[in-house]
Amino acid sequence: MVEAFQYGFMQRALAAGIIIAAISSYLGVFVVQRRMGFLGNGLAHSAFGGVALAILLQSHIPALDPLWIAAPFTIAVALAIQWVQQRTRLASDTAIGILFSLAMAAGIIFLSKTTRYSSDAMTYLFGSILTVGVRDVVMSIIVLALFAAALPLWGRWAYATMDGELARADAVPVERDNYILTAVLAVVIVMAMKIVGIVLIAAFMIIPAATGRLLTNRFSAMTITSVIAGIASVVIGLPLSVQLDIPSGALIIVLQSAAFFCALVARR
Amino acid sequence: MTAAVEVENLTVRFGSVTALEDVSFTLKEGGFLAVLGPNGAGKSTLLKTLTGLIEPTQGSVRIAGNDARRRDSLAVSYVPQLKTIDRQFPALALELVVSGLLRRWPWRISKDDEVRATAAMKSAGVADVARTPIEHLSGGQLQRVYLARGMVRNPRLLILDEPASGIDTTGEGEFYHLLEHYQHDHPNATIVMITHDWSVARHHASDVLLLNRRVVGFGNPDAILKDELLRDAYGHRGHKHTMQVGS
Ligand SMILES: Nc1ncnc2c1ncn2[C@@H]1O[C@H](COP(=O)(O)OP(=O)(O)OP(=O)(O)O)[C@@H](O)[C@H]1O
Ligand SMILES: [Mg+2]
Repeated sequence: MVEAFQYGFMQRALAAGIIIAAISSYLGVFVVQRRMGFLGNGLAHSAFGGVALAILLQSHIPALDPLWIAAPFTIAVALAIQWVQQRTRLASDTAIGILFSLAMAAGIIFLSKTTRYSSDAMTYLFGSILTVGVRDVVMSIIVLALFAAALPLWGRWAYATMDGELARADAVPVERDNYILTAVLAVVIVMAMKIVGIVLIAAFMIIPAATGRLLTNRFSAMTITSVIAGIASVVIGLPLSVQLDIPSGALIIVLQSAAFFCALVARR
Repeated sequence: MTAAVEVENLTVRFGSVTALEDVSFTLKEGGFLAVLGPNGAGKSTLLKTLTGLIEPTQGSVRIAGNDARRRDSLAVSYVPQLKTIDRQFPALALELVVSGLLRRWPWRISKDDEVRATAAMKSAGVADVARTPIEHLSGGQLQRVYLARGMVRNPRLLILDEPASGIDTTGEGEFYHLLEHYQHDHPNATIVMITHDWSVARHHASDVLLLNRRVVGFGNPDAILKDELLRDAYGHRGHKHTMQVGS
């Protein structure tokens, strides 16, 4: 397992993977406590629409990195979901269901217009650490820096998670904070596509946080536990997946689930 | 002396629903207002406009002379209806109280904040559950923790939405004593509270607002808690309750 670390692709995948795991399991505590699990799934599938659009555009602009299209596309869908929810009294899963289906449908139409979709699209659907390049590592570091700027929001996000009405009564800008949270989620999901794959990304936002919830009864401790569980799953899972020749995203999720069930059993 | 709460020609509409219409009243500092009225009368809506959660469609709401939306938010505390509270959130009772002090969720609790929060919990009679997760509290305990959370910042206006729901009858009496204690220690503090219990309004409130979309009556309890007015406010459904008025 140790020799796996010597490969360049493994070092890049680890660097990007640790950053993505840290951010997504951190955001996961809000996703889990706000019962927004479906949003993670919806945004991941929306990202697919963005990737499909990028693949279509690549026939005109070969150097185009799909992330540059997928990120704004997914953010737009995320903000639209938030907007529909605030404008109507529809349940959040309805708003999410409508918009992510629309994004997926658009994606399928885009792919039908390209000639070489299958292999490229598969990379994003199931993830492939071999494709993680230096550019992806640089991008994750940029996202990490942006994300660090949002760290002071933890107290307000947590307050609004506990009770949005109380937070609003205390003049916390809850609506604006929610837009920021959804946009950050969208960015992280796009970043995670190559490592975990669209199909399994949502788990990253749910399983480590759920493990944290089982093991602690303070929100701050839940956040720390979740981040540790998320990072550990990548640090162990990536090299092990190469060793065992298993798709890395799938193995990471299996490890996260194993930790979850251990926590479930360990709890008195 | 400025009025603690000044409501002038307040109308609140939600689309085609008019929740409040042309409501006006003035409450002086140190007052204890009980708001009564049938379900759907607009009581919670009135309280939410006081806290700035809802904007008036027409009219104005002033708290200590300031527009409710621009008030000093540490000077006002809002204790919500218990049924809106998420018990699944991982929090110690103490953290919930500290959040009332910081107006954000605490990552860790400083010694100073802990001392202040513990004092508020002591006066609310729940100091012993400070380290208990809220999911393990009984409804009555949680309601008192929320009261401690409301009191910890020493607000000049304490707004409570049906605080007695979920508390047993003996606990209820104690709960109102806590409120009276608070006003005793803070003579200028004003309390606005929704209740469905007319005897509570009679025994604890300095003023009563009888509401049914419009103001049916406003004044001291003896003047307002009368059969005709109550029948006006509650319609025929008030019949059963009128029996309790004299008690
Ligand atoms: N956010 C909202 N959107 C639309 N309608 C609302 C909203 N809030 C309240 N209403 C409506 O306004 C009216 C008054 O509601 P409110 O909650 O203020 O009544 P209440 O007196 O507190 O009743 P209860 O005793 O049942 O608590 C009701 O018809 C309600 O349906
Ligand atoms: Mg109400």
